[in-house]
Order: sequence, then C-alpha cells, then structure tokens
Amino acid sequence: MAYIELRNVSKSFGTGKDRTEVLSNINLEIEEGEFVAIVGFTGSGKTTLINLISGLMMPDEGQVLFKGEPVTGPSHERGVIFQNYSLLPWLNVRNNVGMAVKEAFKKMTKKDRSKRVEDYVEMVNLSPAINKLPKELSGGMRQRVSVTRALSMSPDVILMDEPLSALDALTRGNLQQEILKIWNQDKKTALLITNDVDEGILMADRIIPLKPGPKATLGPEYKINLDRPRDKTALNHNEEYKKLRNGIMEYLIQIGEQRASKKENTYTLPDISPKIRFKPFSKISFS
Amino acid sequence: MKDKSIHILNFVGLGFFEPAIRLAAGEEVKKNIIALLKKVLLPIVSVGLFLIIWHSGATYLYNVEKDARIEKALADRGEAAALEMETCIDSGDISCQPNTLPSPAQVWTAYKSLLVDHRVISEKKDAFSEKVAATNAKRKAQGLAPIKYTGRPSFVDQIFTSLKTVFAGFLLAFLIAVPIGIMLGLSTTLRSSVNWLIQIFKPVSPVVWLLLVFMIVKTLTKNSDSDSSFIISFISVGLCSMWATLVNTSMGVSSVDKDYINVAKVLQLSVGQKVFKIILPSSFPLIFTGLRITLSVAWMVLIAIELLAQSPGLGSFVWEEFQNGANDSNSKIIVAMFVIGIIGFLLDRLMLTIQKFVTFTEETA
Repeated sequence: MAYIELRNVSKSFGTGKDRTEVLSNINLEIEEGEFVAIVGFTGSGKTTLINLISGLMMPDEGQVLFKGEPVTGPSHERGVIFQNYSLLPWLNVRNNVGMAVKEAFKKMTKKDRSKRVEDYVEMVNLSPAINKLPKELSGGMRQRVSVTRALSMSPDVILMDEPLSALDALTRGNLQQEILKIWNQDKKTALLITNDVDEGILMADRIIPLKPGPKATLGPEYKINLDRPRDKTALNHNEEYKKLRNGIMEYLIQIGEQRASKKENTYTLPDISPKIRFKPFSKISFS
Repeated sequence: MKDKSIHILNFVGLGFFEPAIRLAAGEEVKKNIIALLKKVLLPIVSVGLFLIIWHSGATYLYNVEKDARIEKALADRGEAAALEMETCIDSGDISCQPNTLPSPAQVWTAYKSLLVDHRVISEKKDAFSEKVAATNAKRKAQGLAPIKYTGRPSFVDQIFTSLKTVFAGFLLAFLIAVPIGIMLGLSTTLRSSVNWLIQIFKPVSPVVWLLLVFMIVKTLTKNSDSDSSFIISFISVGLCSMWATLVNTSMGVSSVDKDYINVAKVLQLSVGQKVFKIILPSSFPLIFTGLRITLSVAWMVLIAIELLAQSPGLGSFVWEEFQNGANDSNSKIIVAMFVIGIIGFLLDRLMLTIQKFVTFTEETA
C-alpha cells in the first residue's frame, strides 16, 4: 500500500458555463521516504494538486488517501511550504515558527517548545534573525522561515508548492541544497511541485510531468537513479542526467505544442473597407 | 539622542521637524537647510499669507460695517449724529464698535482674555473649595453629597468637558462597532442580513441621531434627577461616528488574505485562535483606519451636538457666544474654531501613533 495515494482524482472550479475542470483523473502513488517532483507549466493546476493532498481542498471525484485513510482536512502530518511563504507579517521569526510548534506539540512545556523553535531556526542558519519581522528579511530568508515552520511540526510528509520559484538563481541553488540536506537527515516523504526540470532532477527520486490544464493529467514518470548527494556542477557532465533532462524537456515541449495547437482559432475578418468622409489636411495651406 | 528624537518625531507624525534636528547636529548642512525651508518655512509662509488675507478681509468688512453705521446715523438722526458715530467708532469705544469678522489681532486679544478669565474662575473655584472643605468633610461623614461649585465654567473647562464627551462617545462607538464589525466580517449571512440597516443608518445626520437619542434617553431618565444632557450628547456622538469603524472592521475581517487563512488551516488552529491570532491582527490596519475616521467624525459632530443638546462644552460655548453678541463674542468664536481644529489635529495624531504601535506594516524595506 502506498503512503500517499490519489485515485482518479478530479477537481473543477466555477459553476455552470464557467465551470472548468482543472485536474482530471489523476492517479499517483508515493511511497514512504520517497522524494517525488511534479513539473508542469504555470497554470496547469499544480497548486490545486498540492491543496488536494494537504487537505485544503476536497476532490470532486476520486479519493486522496494518506496512509490508507481518506484525507478529510489539513493535518499536522502533512506540512506545507507555500509558494509565497505565507508568513504572518505581524509576528517575528520566533513567533511564526513558535505558533506552529505550539499547535503541533500541545503537551510540550513552554521551555521545550522555545528550545525546539531555536533548534529549527538554527538548522536553517537564521538564528541571528530570530527576532526579526518578515518584512526585514530577504526573500530567501523568508522562505527558509517557511521551511522551518513546516518542518518544526515534524510532519510525516513535506508538501512543497513551488517553494523556490520566486527566488533568484543563486539563493535558489543554496536553498535547494539546504532542503536536500534537511531531507537527508530523516528521509521524510516529500512532494515537490516545481516548474524547473533541473530542480526536479537535482532533488527528486522520481519526476512526473503534469500535462497543462484544463483537464490536467499526469504524464509518464521518469525515475532518477543518480547517486546522492548530487552535485549541481558535476551533474552537468553526467550522461544519465543529460538524457533524463532532454527526455523530460522534449516531453514538456511536445505537450506544450499540443496545447498551443489546440488553441489555434481562425477568425474571418468582415469584408469592409474604411470610408474617408473628409480630407482633414486638404484645407491647410502653408502660405 | 539625535536619532532617537528623530525616530520619535517620525513616529508621532511630526516628521517635518527632522531637518531642524539634523541641522542642530551639524549634519549635511546644505541639504538640511533646503529640507528645512521646504518642510517648515514654506508652511510658515503660507500661514503668514493666510493671516494677511484674513486681516485685509476683516479690515474691509469692518469698513463696510462702519460706513453702514455712519450712514444709518445720518439718515435717522442727522449729520451731528453721524459725526458723533464716526468719532465714537474711531475712538475704539466698545459701545459702538461694528460687529463683523474679527481681525487676527482681535482674536489674539480674545484668546488672552479667555485665559485670564480661566485664571480668575480657577481662583474662585479654589477659594470656594477651601471655604466649603470643612462643610464637605462633615457632609461626607453624614453620607451626603458634597457641595459643588456651580459657577460659570471657563473656556478651558469647556475644552475638557468636550474632550470627556468625545472620548466617552468614541469609547461607546469602539465598544459597539468593533465587536459587531468582527461578527459581520466573519459571517456572510449576518453581513447580508443587516446590510440594508447599515446602509440606511450610515448617512443619517448627527442632528437626527441626537433627536432619536433624546427621545429614548428622556423617557429612560424620567425618574432620575441627574443631568441627562451629557448622556444624550455622548451617545449621539458615539452613534454618529461608529459607522466608519463598523464598516472598516467588517471589511477588514472579511477580506483577510487567503494565504493566512490557509496557514491557519494547515496549523489546525481552533476558531478562537484563528480569530485572535490570524484574522484580527491582519485586519488591524483597516480597523484602525476606521477608528481614526471615527474619532475625527466624533470630534466634528460633537460641536454640533453640544450646540443642540445644550450640554456644556465647546459647542455650547460657541453657541452661547453667538447668542451673547458682546463686542468680543465673534473673536471668541474664532478662538474656539482654532482650538477645535488644533485639538482635532492632535487627536488624529494620537490615533496615528497608537496605530503605529499596534499594527504591522506589510511592505518590505
């Protein structure tokens, strides 16, 4: 039995004429300890997929199973790292993380809780900024706080919704390594949603492309048998990596073209020619 | 020291003094002189211009009134009377001064006379309380109410009465509008069910509120001999001014960023925690904007309400002076106008400062 399982899941938004089916017939199985990446175009329903697994949304059809039980709502067992950090701007780093710890470990003493907060903040090297407000932090630091918040609840699964897409390339690389390092420590099940194929290959055990919506479905999966820890620069010369990357890219480009060709409409122009009622310049004389 | 005082000034919304402090510290002299010119001198120049226009306008009106008086004397009682009137006016005799818009100098004199008046009344009060101290102690021992000073209140006393009324009204507005606003914001059903009532009551004029409150309070306090004018005026102030807070609070609560709600869901916060830890903090900026509007509306309608409710305060001071028609009444009214304006400004700054203390600012530095 898979750890996380999606069975024929469909999700639509809107009603009547405006109804669009975002996800259609999604089947996915994730084993315990596995790191799965889902790559797709923007607007292909990736966030919806994460929301379904985290329990923020309910599927219209099909089932989302977690450890064999249907998902009925959000739970501490599935930590979410949001795309836009979603830190509470009126709380400093300590309290943002502390709020999560307090909820997840209600029986813990106050001292243990604050110790836990400090340990986790230390883990992402943010101890000097622990009393700062989110607005005083850079984008990368904020996302680290968000990662810390999700991990401090010690979830069984980490769901990451394009966690790094808003960051610049350098920060992004650093954070990728950091997330991998943390993941390596206790090999939690992880689901990463991304629009960056390289990121997926670098981090995941398995990559599954999401065909663009509406009616998005999952494409064929790609196993990544590269040894960990993976080094970004060394990977560039790895034949296996190149083959994988090209394969996934080709697939994505192909489905991208399909989508583009589907949208092609022909418009017939009405057969009219402009009428000129008066000649505005004819009366102007430059004498 | 320097940085600290700049910080404090900026915090209370008096940031325009910043260049002066920097200049005093001898920092970037040229740049700060220009900044000082822009931020402090230009406003002073415009105030000066305003005074000049005011003065010339007042002089013009004075002359019109004076000519009219002389002409009237001429028409009614002949040339001798007209001449007499003219000398009387020029001599500055109080009995025949034209009654019109006072000049800045007259207003200043009236301001000083009001202060003197306040001092005299305070002395009288002190003397009175000294005189009755022994009697009051005795009365207290007997369980009777102490004898109070019942003389005319001074202008400064009126200011404090008005402030008391406005704060009582503001507190009432706060206590009604914020909880109801939160409830309305949380429930779409509730919001749509009372929406019509709010839309109808919101634009009702202060005068009508006063009459409505009067109808109710008059009946309710029929059997007590206490003075109901204070109750009437503060309730009316509260009812007039609470709408901004009510609408802003419900809007703030209902439009909390969906991301924060998602965070609350993922953390599995209870309903109470969701309200107090997520929804309220995130709607504080809007609530406070509402409270600021409420306070300034409260101060604005207070004058009108006091005027009508015959409750003591600046409003009734203005009205009494207008009815009084003494030669310096007009000047005193203008003094009251400035005092009202300045206090309104200070109240707004006070709210702004509190707002900065308790709310967060969203944007990155």
